[in-house]
Amino acid sequence: MKNPPALYLEADNVSPDAFAGKTAAQIAELSVHEGNTTPTLGKYFEVKGDAGATAADTKIVVKGDVKRVKYLGFKMSAGELVIEGTTDLYVGAWMTGGKILAKGDVAAFAATAMKGGELVIEGNAGNYLGAAYRGDWRGMSGGKILVKGDAGSDIGMYMTGGEIVVNGNVDVHAMTHAEGGKLIVKGNAKSKLGGQMVKGTIYVFGNIEVMMPGFKPNGEVELEVEGTKAKFAHFLGDIGERHGKSKGVVVYGNLYKKI
Amino acid sequence: MSEYLIKNGHVFDPVQGIKGDKKDIAIKDGKIVDKVGSGAKVIDASGKTVMAGAVEIHAHIAGPKVNLGRIYRPEDKLFSCTPTHGMERMGGGASIPTTFKTGYEYAKMGYTTAMEAAMPPLFARHVHEEIRDTPIIDEGAFPVFGNNWFVLEYLKNQEVENTAAYIAWMLRVTKGYAVKVVNPGGTEAWAWGLNCLSVNDPVPYFDITPAEIVKGLIEANEYLGLPHSMHIHPNNLGNPGCYETTLDTLKLAEGYKAKNTFGREQVMHLTHSQFHSYKGTNWGDFESGAKEITDYVNKNKNITIDTGNVTLDETTTMTADGPFEHHLTGLNHLKWANCDVELETAAGVVPYIYSPNISVCAIQWAIGLEIPLMMKDPMRCYITTDHPNAGPFTRYPRVIKWLMSKKARDTQVNAFKHKDKVLSQTSIGELDREISLYELAQMTRAGPAKSLGLTAICGGLKPGMDADVAVYNFNPDKPVANPDDIETAFSRCAAVFKSGVQVVSNGEIVGTGNKRTLWVNVKVNDNPQVMRDINEKFVKYYSMTQNNYEALGHHFVPNPFALEVDATQA
Repeated sequence: MKNPPALYLEADNVSPDAFAGKTAAQIAELSVHEGNTTPTLGKYFEVKGDAGATAADTKIVVKGDVKRVKYLGFKMSAGELVIEGTTDLYVGAWMTGGKILAKGDVAAFAATAMKGGELVIEGNAGNYLGAAYRGDWRGMSGGKILVKGDAGSDIGMYMTGGEIVVNGNVDVHAMTHAEGGKLIVKGNAKSKLGGQMVKGTIYVFGNIEVMMPGFKPNGEVELEVEGTKAKFAHFLGDIGERHGKSKGVVVYGNLYKKI
Repeated sequence: MSEYLIKNGHVFDPVQGIKGDKKDIAIKDGKIVDKVGSGAKVIDASGKTVMAGAVEIHAHIAGPKVNLGRIYRPEDKLFSCTPTHGMERMGGGASIPTTFKTGYEYAKMGYTTAMEAAMPPLFARHVHEEIRDTPIIDEGAFPVFGNNWFVLEYLKNQEVENTAAYIAWMLRVTKGYAVKVVNPGGTEAWAWGLNCLSVNDPVPYFDITPAEIVKGLIEANEYLGLPHSMHIHPNNLGNPGCYETTLDTLKLAEGYKAKNTFGREQVMHLTHSQFHSYKGTNWGDFESGAKEITDYVNKNKNITIDTGNVTLDETTTMTADGPFEHHLTGLNHLKWANCDVELETAAGVVPYIYSPNISVCAIQWAIGLEIPLMMKDPMRCYITTDHPNAGPFTRYPRVIKWLMSKKARDTQVNAFKHKDKVLSQTSIGELDREISLYELAQMTRAGPAKSLGLTAICGGLKPGMDADVAVYNFNPDKPVANPDDIETAFSRCAAVFKSGVQVVSNGEIVGTGNKRTLWVNVKVNDNPQVMRDINEKFVKYYSMTQNNYEALGHHFVPNPFALEVDATQA
């Protein structure tokens, strides 16, 4: 970043897929959006090095203050993206493959409707991580997200597959409406955890501030989760929601809380 | 106004019986004329197909339920937005496009007239504001009558004359075009937690049957002599075995003859017939009833139909059939919105994905194509997708491809996951018919225009008619190398004229034309009883006054075009 934008920058072309097969000069010509204008990447960034022939052979490192940059890694399918600083909305949104390493914090809607690949956030994640787009009922369906810090509210909303691991704490409404997938919270969770959940699994290592009344206790189990062997209290839910059957047995969402 | 000469195109015009002859079409002062002066602007159409502007007989493109879909489906606009460019304003939405995108997309495909198929009278003002904001195409809107308290009360007492007077009043205050009926009695019954699944199920409280409502509205429609017939979405839509209810509904038209001065011959228009042509007892033994429905319609000339083709897309269903949408959300578990319209009607909205991997969806696709391929008279069967219910209207070029090419149909059948089931439950594999360009012009131009009573105005290229002309990059002399070329050609016109103004050139919008709102102004004798009833209902039941009800003036109807009907001697 050599020339910070006055408004927020929508950099939906910063992905190995858009860069693949291009020289530094060609990459600098790719479009970005600032307000209602559509200038080039080169106006804001100094572009060094050529891309690989394919997305898989392309690694992008984004340096400088990108706090006002959105959509980094948008729709990427392969390759690698490293974001050295804290960045804004929609990191890795609709990504289907490849790997993103965000060294700072990321704002809301990271990995929206993610289908595959890996997203590692060394700082904190905002709200709606791995959730569905506004109005949509198809959240994260595959891939893996690791948050080393805390995550915000509504993460994994409408999740149908894949895995989210949060080393820190999560805010309210995690895995609302989920129909699959796995969420592991190493720290604490707040209220409305797994509300209207149809299927899927949540593990919480710390405390749950307020338990949903729609989850019913189902005994205790010994489990090994992320390398930790421990005893977990098992809950089924959300019993207020519709549930399908598999081989004659009703399938619920599973919530495990470490004892 | 400027003069144009569209030279050397292959012209298809059922109104004049022209079947692909090389002809010149002359345009002057907004009308088709015999000849123009040497100064006319020449459009070279050699090697191209020339037809009248197409006429959409049934789509949900304006009004509160369409807007409800737009509001509660932001995901429908995801990745489907186009920024401002050239003459076009920004637009977005795949199954429920914005008003501007709606106008542009119709025009680019060669459509110049479209009918909004269900206007809740209470929200007529909203419907007209959206129609006003939809550029280029002429539009009319059908107010819904099939669950209206006035209609139910008058028809209970067999008061056809009062029903007719009420319809005339309603068409005037809502600037409506025709009498629409949706799930007659069933939507009102639903307010009591019930539905009417056959034509003989009584409506609670009103104690009238759907059969009595339908026959009464046909009689009132013909008493007035309206341009269009009673336009019906029958009871029991979309359920296995519903074809029997549909046949019972169609039989209600027996013995009635069209009475009007607009050239219309039918007394009933059955809309989205695909949704009403299902056999079987459940979704497992679900099969096509297209043969039973088309056999009946082929024999009974006082009925016209449209198809309601499933296009295998993710879309947004919306209908005044409230109970059906509630049933649908129970099937697919996707979000449901519902709205009751006091005294008049209701509406529901649910997103739906017609997946080629689901056998029911694939069979629905096949039924939608069987119907037009089994209909003997293309002047009585029109292409629709019941937009957006069976698919977005922007897929018409794809439907045209399937109808014009057996090869394209076979390719799609082979791509289905449950191909064998599609072939065993329908006859799509045995139908070799390929719709010709002349038949296409009948099904999309001359036919719907005649059914709507617009024969003198649009749907043809006869001198004196409105100069609505579409030129397609399709050479009928050349064999079709790849069926996809048909879809490409019908997606983006080489040129489109609307009332003599060029609105499309090389697939791009170049003008916004002279957009009009079509409505029907019926003159009836004074009927003090009906006027008293209306006043009483507004005072007693309506949440607004009559002064706020009427869609009046430049704000709502800036460029009206009224079809005048005199029913004072009826």
